[in-house]
Amino acid sequence: MNVPRFCREIPSRYNLIGTKCENCDTYYFPPRRVCITCRRKGVIREYQFEGSGKVVTHTTIYSAPENFSKMTPYVLAIVELDEGPKLTAQIVCDPSEVKIGMRVKSVFRKLGEEGPDGVIYYGTKFIPA
Amino acid sequence: MSIGITTYGVYIPRYRIRVEEIARVWGDDPNDIKKGLGVFEKSVPDRDEDTATIAVEAARSALQRSGLAGVDIGAIYVGSESHPYAVKPTATIVAEAIRATPELMAADYEFACKAGTAALQTCLGLVAADYIKYGMAIGADTAQGAPADALEYTAAAGGAAYVVGKSHVIAEIEDTYSFTTDTFDFWRRQGQQYPKHGGRFTGEPGYFKHVLAGARGLLHKTRSKPEDFDFAVFHQPNGKFPRKVASTLGFSQQQVKQGLVVEKLGNAYSGSSLIGLASVLDVAEPGSRIFMTSFGSGAGSDSFTFRVTEEIGKIQDKAPSVAELLAAPIYLDYAIYAKHKNKIVL
Amino acid sequence: MREVAIVGLGCTKFGEMWDKSFRDLFIEAGLMALEDAGMSGAQVEALYGGNMSSGIFIQQEHVGALIADYSGLISNNVPSTRVEAACASGGLALRSGIIAVASEYHDIVISAGIEKMTDIGAEKAMDALAAAADREWEAAVGATFPGLYAMMARAHMHEFGTTREQLAQVAVKNHYHGSMNPRAQFRNRITIDSVISSPLVADPLRLFDCSPITDGAAAVVLVPAERAREFTDTPIYVKAASQASDTISLHDRRSLTSIDATTVAADRAFKTARLERSNIDVAEVHDCFTIAEIMAIEDLRFFEKGRGGPATLAGDTAIGGKIPINTSGGLKACGHPVGATGIKQAVEIAEQLRGDAGKRQVEGAEIGLTHNVGGTGGTVVVHILAR
Repeated sequence: MNVPRFCREIPSRYNLIGTKCENCDTYYFPPRRVCITCRRKGVIREYQFEGSGKVVTHTTIYSAPENFSKMTPYVLAIVELDEGPKLTAQIVCDPSEVKIGMRVKSVFRKLGEEGPDGVIYYGTKFIPA
Repeated sequence: MSIGITTYGVYIPRYRIRVEEIARVWGDDPNDIKKGLGVFEKSVPDRDEDTATIAVEAARSALQRSGLAGVDIGAIYVGSESHPYAVKPTATIVAEAIRATPELMAADYEFACKAGTAALQTCLGLVAADYIKYGMAIGADTAQGAPADALEYTAAAGGAAYVVGKSHVIAEIEDTYSFTTDTFDFWRRQGQQYPKHGGRFTGEPGYFKHVLAGARGLLHKTRSKPEDFDFAVFHQPNGKFPRKVASTLGFSQQQVKQGLVVEKLGNAYSGSSLIGLASVLDVAEPGSRIFMTSFGSGAGSDSFTFRVTEEIGKIQDKAPSVAELLAAPIYLDYAIYAKHKNKIVL
Repeated sequence: MREVAIVGLGCTKFGEMWDKSFRDLFIEAGLMALEDAGMSGAQVEALYGGNMSSGIFIQQEHVGALIADYSGLISNNVPSTRVEAACASGGLALRSGIIAVASEYHDIVISAGIEKMTDIGAEKAMDALAAAADREWEAAVGATFPGLYAMMARAHMHEFGTTREQLAQVAVKNHYHGSMNPRAQFRNRITIDSVISSPLVADPLRLFDCSPITDGAAAVVLVPAERAREFTDTPIYVKAASQASDTISLHDRRSLTSIDATTVAADRAFKTARLERSNIDVAEVHDCFTIAEIMAIEDLRFFEKGRGGPATLAGDTAIGGKIPINTSGGLKACGHPVGATGIKQAVEIAEQLRGDAGKRQVEGAEIGLTHNVGGTGGTVVVHILAR
């Protein structure tokens, strides 16, 4: 992940800013600029998600690529936000704690960094609620 | 029109290490340490936490406690001696993470353990002069102590955020006073991982000289006496120093107790006195008067007097209290603690 | 549209080929296929090469031209196209070649697949593979490929009661098949115990649940069916070549326990071929992880949803069972040189239908199917082949 690419998505990464189609009342996170139901008839507006939801499925990563290898083992999950959409995120908890259906809420954490002299990537993770 | 704190928020990481565990590694007698320092355990950040994430969580907690939104905040100043970047502000990260950008003033402060109260004074000035409606001052740190250094027993992680404004004031800031000299009691050179300190020189010529002079200066300026206050909060690098200055100044241990969080938290540096103040606000009642003196090596102290208003009851239970944040910790052994603190270079 | 036939097969040995370069591998597979078809390179009219990530694995793009050049086909200036759909790149190269011949645009086409994965370290290779997921919203937050399939496995176990042993049996069975395949990367037999005691990669998936990092290449020669006998006595006919897409991210899918694109692509293929599931004698399915094979045999509708695990444990998918799956050893044991896999599957099925599969021959196999998945199910390619 390079700097301009990360910066572009900061609103979504820091604050769970996604979108909502006002035409069909569907929420999107990650944000979509084209509604998958209404397509060009859709009316897309920015929407900030509350940041609470539940774990739909999960894993604990023991073997990770370079950027994440110092953090292993870490819990990864698909979280269904209360507004509907699902996203992939880390859950900050002991691997034995995470369960399907567990309620979670968003927190602000470091996602990674570009080595000791590069930028630090911050973003959203979840903790048991 | 009164001016003061309109909301506050605190964040303390979940992890702790006990004095016994650090002493075990370095062959110290834990009872000597606990007796000497008056500290039993200290907070430790998670592997993905740093001063910026702690500052953001404290700032979000402050907004959650009040009805304010990020867009209402006209200035953010973050005081820390462990900013994640040497160049690149923590304040901008906080501003973005609470959606306060782009129309705001922002900068990072550094003045050892009192950078957070220096930020508070800046916000006070800007609000008083009507440049901004609300200013946010944050003191947050993931304090570094070199392995085997005495500092390692206390250097902790945590932060507090305060919003200063003129409406919905929960604690009026009556007055402030600072005492500053050029003193070499504690420092960290550019590019160094751990700070150095002057050993016993940090006591009398550092902490005591500046805290006593600062506190006396404000008592004199406001024509008050220690007994006029319900609570007193002093910078707490350990459990002994704040108790000692309190009794020297004529404050009772009862006045100090609620604001003394160091025993279970450790010294959260820029967060230290501000978390102590938050612990007081968590329980304060309308009309309570609070005296606070911070201290930063290098050296200086910032003193404040606060008068709690009727508004306090509306927000006290709207965000986690300091007591709640200190409850139910997860204890680490030294090896995992060393990993959390990047003491093992990977 | 006209019918298409496969008349030449080529496939290198799969494995860690330290002494072979990207070029060495595709040349070997391509020449083998031409040799098998008894054809001269000069007759080739077009090339389609499936390759996922030469840019990361060997810092080389523009491999269409490279393949044509080093195959000695540059004097003809043949059109050579690289095709990419992550792990389905090979299947898509096959489908592209079939469409080119079926549409009468070309007569003689080579569809190939190649990946040279071992020139970079394992952590970097993992990152390259993570590019098949959504880089922005999966990989960037710490998702790995085994991690995404592990989340499908967890959901499948939760929803259908699929067990750790059932997952392990996929690997055990595929290693057993691989032990009879001279091209396979792993020819050792393993046990359920060795799978469930192997190191955790992404809970609940362990090392022996995962396909390996592999070098290899495969190629097939495609011609119009009416010309097939010019080149071989055992032409294999393409009955269907279908493809379906779905969301790139796993979290956006309708289901976490099914790959919908598999069902859609299979339905389209069976409709085109005018065949039923029960007509399939042998199939190569995409078992990048053990859970992937269980989902594949369910989503292809060979087994009822949720019955993939029990059927595997009962031996229904082994050679001699109801429907032998992954006689090559699959991605798990034969190896998974990403871009080559889809073509290797076709080579395996074609050998089975020709009756040339040696010890792993499925007796009397007449109709076979290949199933190649890109990413976590964003692309699926299904082919039905018949002798």
